Amino acid sequence: MSTTSPSPVSAGATTPTVVTCGADMFADAVAGQAVDVERVDWRPPMPGTEADLAAVATDPRRPDANRRAVEAMLGVTAHLVDVAPASEVLGLEKGQFLHAGPPIEWARTSGPLRGALMGGAALEGLVEDPEDAVALFESGSSVSLEPCHHRSAVGPMAGVVTPSMWMWVLEDRATGKRTYCSLNEGLGKVLRYGAYGPDVLARLRWMGDVLGPLLQAAVRGTEEASDVTGILTQMLQMGDEAHNRNRAGTLMLLRDLSPAMVTSGFESKDVGDALRFVGGNDHFFLNLAMPACKLALDAGRDVPGSTMVVAMARNGTDFGIQVSGTGDQWFTGPAQVADGLFLGDYGPEDANPDIGDSAITETAGIGGFAMATAPAIVRLVGGSVPDALATTRRMHEITLAENPRWSVPVLEFQGTPTGIDVSKVCRTGILPQINTGMAGAVAGVGQVGAGLVTPPAEIFPQALAALAQAVPGRSL
Amino acid sequence: MKDHVELRSGAYADSVTLLQVSRAVQAAPGVVAAQVAMATALNLEVLTGMGFEVPASSPNDMVVALRLDDDADVATALAAVDAALVPTRPSSGDTAQAPPRTTGAALRHGGPGAVVLISVPGASATVEAMDALEAGHDVMIFSDNVPVAEEVALKTYAATRGALVMGPDCGTALLDGVGLGFANAVRPGRIGLVAASGTGCQQLLTLLHHAGETLDGVGVRHALGVGGRDLSSAVGGLATREALRRLDADADVDLVVVVSKPPAPEVAEALAREAEALGTPVELGLLGRGQRDLTTVAEAVLARLGHEAPQWPVHGVDNTGPATGPLLRGLFVGGTLCDESMLMAAEALGPIRSNIPLSADLALAEELIVDDHVMVDFGDDALTQGRAHPMIDPTLRNEQIARAAADPATGVILLDLVLGHGAEPDPAAHLAPAITAARSARPIPVIVSLVGSDLDPQGLAAQRDALVAAGAEVHLSNAAATRRALDLLSRSEGAHQ
Repeated sequence: MSTTSPSPVSAGATTPTVVTCGADMFADAVAGQAVDVERVDWRPPMPGTEADLAAVATDPRRPDANRRAVEAMLGVTAHLVDVAPASEVLGLEKGQFLHAGPPIEWARTSGPLRGALMGGAALEGLVEDPEDAVALFESGSSVSLEPCHHRSAVGPMAGVVTPSMWMWVLEDRATGKRTYCSLNEGLGKVLRYGAYGPDVLARLRWMGDVLGPLLQAAVRGTEEASDVTGILTQMLQMGDEAHNRNRAGTLMLLRDLSPAMVTSGFESKDVGDALRFVGGNDHFFLNLAMPACKLALDAGRDVPGSTMVVAMARNGTDFGIQVSGTGDQWFTGPAQVADGLFLGDYGPEDANPDIGDSAITETAGIGGFAMATAPAIVRLVGGSVPDALATTRRMHEITLAENPRWSVPVLEFQGTPTGIDVSKVCRTGILPQINTGMAGAVAGVGQVGAGLVTPPAEIFPQALAALAQAVPGRSL
Repeated sequence: MKDHVELRSGAYADSVTLLQVSRAVQAAPGVVAAQVAMATALNLEVLTGMGFEVPASSPNDMVVALRLDDDADVATALAAVDAALVPTRPSSGDTAQAPPRTTGAALRHGGPGAVVLISVPGASATVEAMDALEAGHDVMIFSDNVPVAEEVALKTYAATRGALVMGPDCGTALLDGVGLGFANAVRPGRIGLVAASGTGCQQLLTLLHHAGETLDGVGVRHALGVGGRDLSSAVGGLATREALRRLDADADVDLVVVVSKPPAPEVAEALAREAEALGTPVELGLLGRGQRDLTTVAEAVLARLGHEAPQWPVHGVDNTGPATGPLLRGLFVGGTLCDESMLMAAEALGPIRSNIPLSADLALAEELIVDDHVMVDFGDDALTQGRAHPMIDPTLRNEQIARAAADPATGVILLDLVLGHGAEPDPAAHLAPAITAARSARPIPVIVSLVGSDLDPQGLAAQRDALVAAGAEVHLSNAAATRRALDLLSRSEGAHQ
């Protein structure tokens, strides 16, 4: 065929190319004319979502709203500006407890969240014996539960924050906005996995008495505040996906803070203990990755018409998401049990459903979304290297953008898949892939394994319906 | 006989593919009946009608329903299903790269200028089309059953992006020689078509192609479909305006022709004003009462280029005897061809009942063959819901041909058959037996407009010969075919008097 002058339709192209979406026979008919054809592997959307998808697709606000939400998210750089008790920076008072995930009342809490709340109550001196806290929470008179997310905070696993706990303080200098996260306790029998034995409480007290003040001195004494977003950029090229593997990030943090820790004037034994504790806990940086992700995602909140997910969080009972275009509303469904590997003799029957705010990392495009960059841990979460590459590629199907700062070397430095689009999830049925730890179902047990998990599918059509309802001029 | 019914959740194939799969499995040894389909409400109705018991399912499940001889092996039949379901698409070589799941994903790393062709079910077409428009690409939407409000939203958005929306319900486009959807293979030239009508466009393409065999410089450079509703009041010609702008700006287009199903009067008026303002001459071929038929439009186009119209070909005239009854039965796969014939027939015969009637009081309900003149468009949205287009699946029309033949009042059967890219490889093989059967009891005249070019993959001559051999009289011009049918009926009326 003649292609001497550009077609009015494929202006500028020398060879027309065609993308087909639908019946294969039309793609075949085009290919039969010696024209390049790219075929979309289209499948029906999640059942019952067609009308809402069309309403949201034709919402005139959506393209620009999503662009603004993504730009706002990608524009944030998180700096580590302080370490301070929750009572000071969050105004948390005695009896107030923050927890991971969407709102929940004591009666519906799962084992690990109960255990962490019981341990937290003992830590705050509300009860002598953690077991006595059950009655306290059942009465509900002098205690209250609130999601971390409602206070600009995030908490891994149970995510319990009490007033005396020391928090990382991250700031976006362009706006002065801040986010917060507690200090990471390490793995195994720890409060965030629902353990509340004497060792757990002793460690938490040391963190409050020694580690927190020391880190505060170090952060305040470090001239150049740590660029947490920048560390994330580097660690993603060093085999960390910043959810289940934070080894490089932890060591880079130590590199930034250790000089000021050493010169802080604290007793050298305390400094040594702190360095040993941080260096010995590969997950220490997780509690900085998470608030950095939240700080970025919070910048993308409340853009009318935007279909971008700004939070995914689990409380051990419910999995909830929040979406930019629907404000603070949570869309929730039952949290799923992760599929993966178990520690020791533990098995699937010992595991609690998915828990923690740490899925904020996936929401921001790392963690499970950056699995391809962390081949070292694919076995920990029960996968193979090709699975990891496929997972990251698959997440591009449900996201709005690629993060130009966070790239994956093995995928030709392609940016991480960023900004989960509720519409695309409903269209493809592809659910966000989350890397996670598994807590024991019984309060007090602690960690039982690690693996992969997805949100319950139904929360995405729920969110989509709310977005469709919010389209201006939509007749009901 | 024994039935085997299974649900495959998570499996999906488009309705055309599944139709082919069902056909292939039906041909397997020991298989009495087979239906492989997505569990949509309509398909479930069909399956129930066939006597299958289908367990509770969702529309996203694939149903495999087999009726086998008693001694047939279920596993063998299922193997035939699996073999037929294996996709025939060529592999890209890089197995690690899964194919894109949305139009947006396919376009993310593609170059500029790609045209997007969408043929997913209508309820999902808008979403895919928006992906194309957001990425700045032109899109052709073959899908029908797209709400008109969504069409307006798409075209309004496209205008802000300078993109062209061909459709929804756009059957045909020809872009620089590349046919999309149902398009005839025609020799290139310097005419640009804008078509709010798929088969209307194909009729013009094939008439001009035929004329170009003997006349120099007659050929079509681009045919831009805009969708059958573009010139309605609701849509207001949004895509036609953009298509005219493109063709007017193309230095290789000397003459623009607009064809459309009957447009809204005020939109037609506005269009005529805009066409006059363009630098390139525009021939408006808008169907309607008192307007020219498509063949006359083609002749006007030739006249503008300084040519006399050729004799439009007809074959099998000897097959045709007098009308066998008073009533006309027009059974069409092409909506515009049906419209054109109906407008002509209404002038000669008076009111015509139709599923796409000229006025609401003439609408047909479920029953398609009634005691009156009838024109049916089997490609209309209502008859394609949950089913492939009649150009792909002739079952429904063939049933109605048999019903019309069985009616003693039937005087003439008027049919169309459309060739080209995208159409069945051998459509005459499905239609010819229906014609033979229709004429088996008495020699009902069967007049066919065969819309095709000699470059079409099916081979125009072979298709025509098969129809003539079955007893049909075959025209290239649908208007000529219609005139012939009306002439036969009027002579029979004369005979009655």
